[in-house]
Amino acid sequence: MDMQVAKKKLGLKERYSVMTRGLDWTPSYQKMEDIYPYIAYEGIKIHDWDKWEDPFRLTMDAYWKYQAEKERKLYAIIDAFNQNNGHLNVTDARYINTVKLFISGISPLEYVAHRGFAHAGRAFPGPGPRVACLMQSLDEIRHAQTQVHAISNYNKYYNGMHDFHHMHDRVWFLSVPKSFFDDAITAGPFEFMVSIGFSFEYVLTNLLFVPFVSGAAYNGDMGTMTFGFSAQSDEARHMTLGLEVIKFILEQDPANVPIVQRWIDKWTWRGYRVLTLVAMMMDYMLPKRTMSWKEAWEVYFEENGGALFKDLARYGIKMPKCAEQIALEKDHLSHQAWSTFYNYAAAANFHTWMPDEDEMAWLSAKYPNSFDKHYRPRYEFWREQAAKGNRFYNKTLPMLCQTCQIPMLFTEPGDPTKICYREVDYKGDKYHFCSDHCKEIFEHEPEKYVQAWLPVHQIYQGNCFPEGTDPTVEGFDALGAVLKYYNLEHGRDNLDFDISEDKKNFAEWRGQATKNI
Amino acid sequence: MSTVFLALQTNEDTRPIIEAILQDNPSAVVDEQPAMVKINADGRLVVRRETIEEITGRAYDLQELQVNMITMSGNLDQTDDEITLFWKS
Repeated sequence: MDMQVAKKKLGLKERYSVMTRGLDWTPSYQKMEDIYPYIAYEGIKIHDWDKWEDPFRLTMDAYWKYQAEKERKLYAIIDAFNQNNGHLNVTDARYINTVKLFISGISPLEYVAHRGFAHAGRAFPGPGPRVACLMQSLDEIRHAQTQVHAISNYNKYYNGMHDFHHMHDRVWFLSVPKSFFDDAITAGPFEFMVSIGFSFEYVLTNLLFVPFVSGAAYNGDMGTMTFGFSAQSDEARHMTLGLEVIKFILEQDPANVPIVQRWIDKWTWRGYRVLTLVAMMMDYMLPKRTMSWKEAWEVYFEENGGALFKDLARYGIKMPKCAEQIALEKDHLSHQAWSTFYNYAAAANFHTWMPDEDEMAWLSAKYPNSFDKHYRPRYEFWREQAAKGNRFYNKTLPMLCQTCQIPMLFTEPGDPTKICYREVDYKGDKYHFCSDHCKEIFEHEPEKYVQAWLPVHQIYQGNCFPEGTDPTVEGFDALGAVLKYYNLEHGRDNLDFDISEDKKNFAEWRGQATKNI
Repeated sequence: MSTVFLALQTNEDTRPIIEAILQDNPSAVVDEQPAMVKINADGRLVVRRETIEEITGRAYDLQELQVNMITMSGNLDQTDDEITLFWKS
């Protein structure tokens, strides 16, 4: 009689070896430098690509299996959320503005990350990082797609999301996240891995996803919470890849250390500047708050990042020096950002408002050193003016930082009453910066950053009006023409929440959901 | 030692895993957040397959954890039997 004997399976380490290094081959009739042309020019020296090992030892066969399971779970919940009119269960309609910020500011970056990791993976001669980059590239396109699918349900009911990708490429403040990623994918493959894989994914991603996702959970948005968690399950793998990249590069050659340190300094600062949008979302846009920006920074950067840099000290890597300035800004960042958006609400794809009394009390408690002194009086004045019918929407375009592309809204380190300006003369032109760190980044690579597509410059040069616009006609409405170019409808997609169609519709629909009318 | 952590979605799949982690790691502390359980430990945290199997009474593949992870901190090493998170300093 035949006995059924379970076939001995390969162990995890052996399977990883067979399915990565085992699939590689050495080219015989093409030169390595012709196949991998981008691998040398950044100055990084790699002696043994086989020293790379994915700590999870995930192979493509297992990857497909678990990703498929994540997708099935996610789409079952999205269906249920939509069928149940889940959008009416969010705390209040102001919350939906965070979703608008996400779809136009973050989701398009997922797609660019997909391209970036595909490109980096192709550039590396080692099979270990190539397989890891392939997985991450697929993860990123999955994130872009699932976010578009989940948020499309909100787009059926609320304004400002109808043409998010078009806006991402044009709207003034969206050039901040866009240029950040464009900067990363136009760097070499090693710098890309340090910028996105390490600095963004490992050091900063907790500050983006955890607040957004737990913010969604706190505010009754099951759809966003679910795609957030689904993406975040991949993110844990990306973080591991990011840390592995750094350790691998540093262990390969001591000459790599100063190059990597410069990249970490640069990209921690660049990433932090992009997170200004998250800071503002956490402190102002979530009707029910999770934690303050300052608390999140302390837990996820100061504590957790501190442990990380302590661990990397054995390679000679130090905490990025920008951390000192960031510590000074943490009491001010979100307030300065929200004030700016309140000013420029006529040109944004979401609505703004002034915090109510309870929210002001929360801000005072979370920011005892700064809120009552510097920001509360400003808000009370603006609120008073709005009540008198003097709501002022700023239509004068702000000066932008050449590096991070954020308007000059940040104050001097240590002096929250004085705007910080820095400038550099380069080849007969003057360039402006929001900080010493953005200025230093420019000075190291001026030929890259002089090419920046700065929305304000582009508007003044007449490049941001619909075709056929004549800006010389009398009474020309520049803002109106720019909004048409953005595909935003004035009075519907922009301005204050209080006068918005979103607010009115939400109240009406929620009423219908609870009464027999 | 610096703190390592592992954050998992709050659901029925992760309940026995969290129980196993608490059994195997005396320094582990649970921090329950909305829809998320964060487990902090001093310097080192181990997830053991055998403990999970004892609790659930079924065979468990540690790679199943891929579906429910949210975030983590520390260096990682995964084998057939264990996932270890650790700082070297």
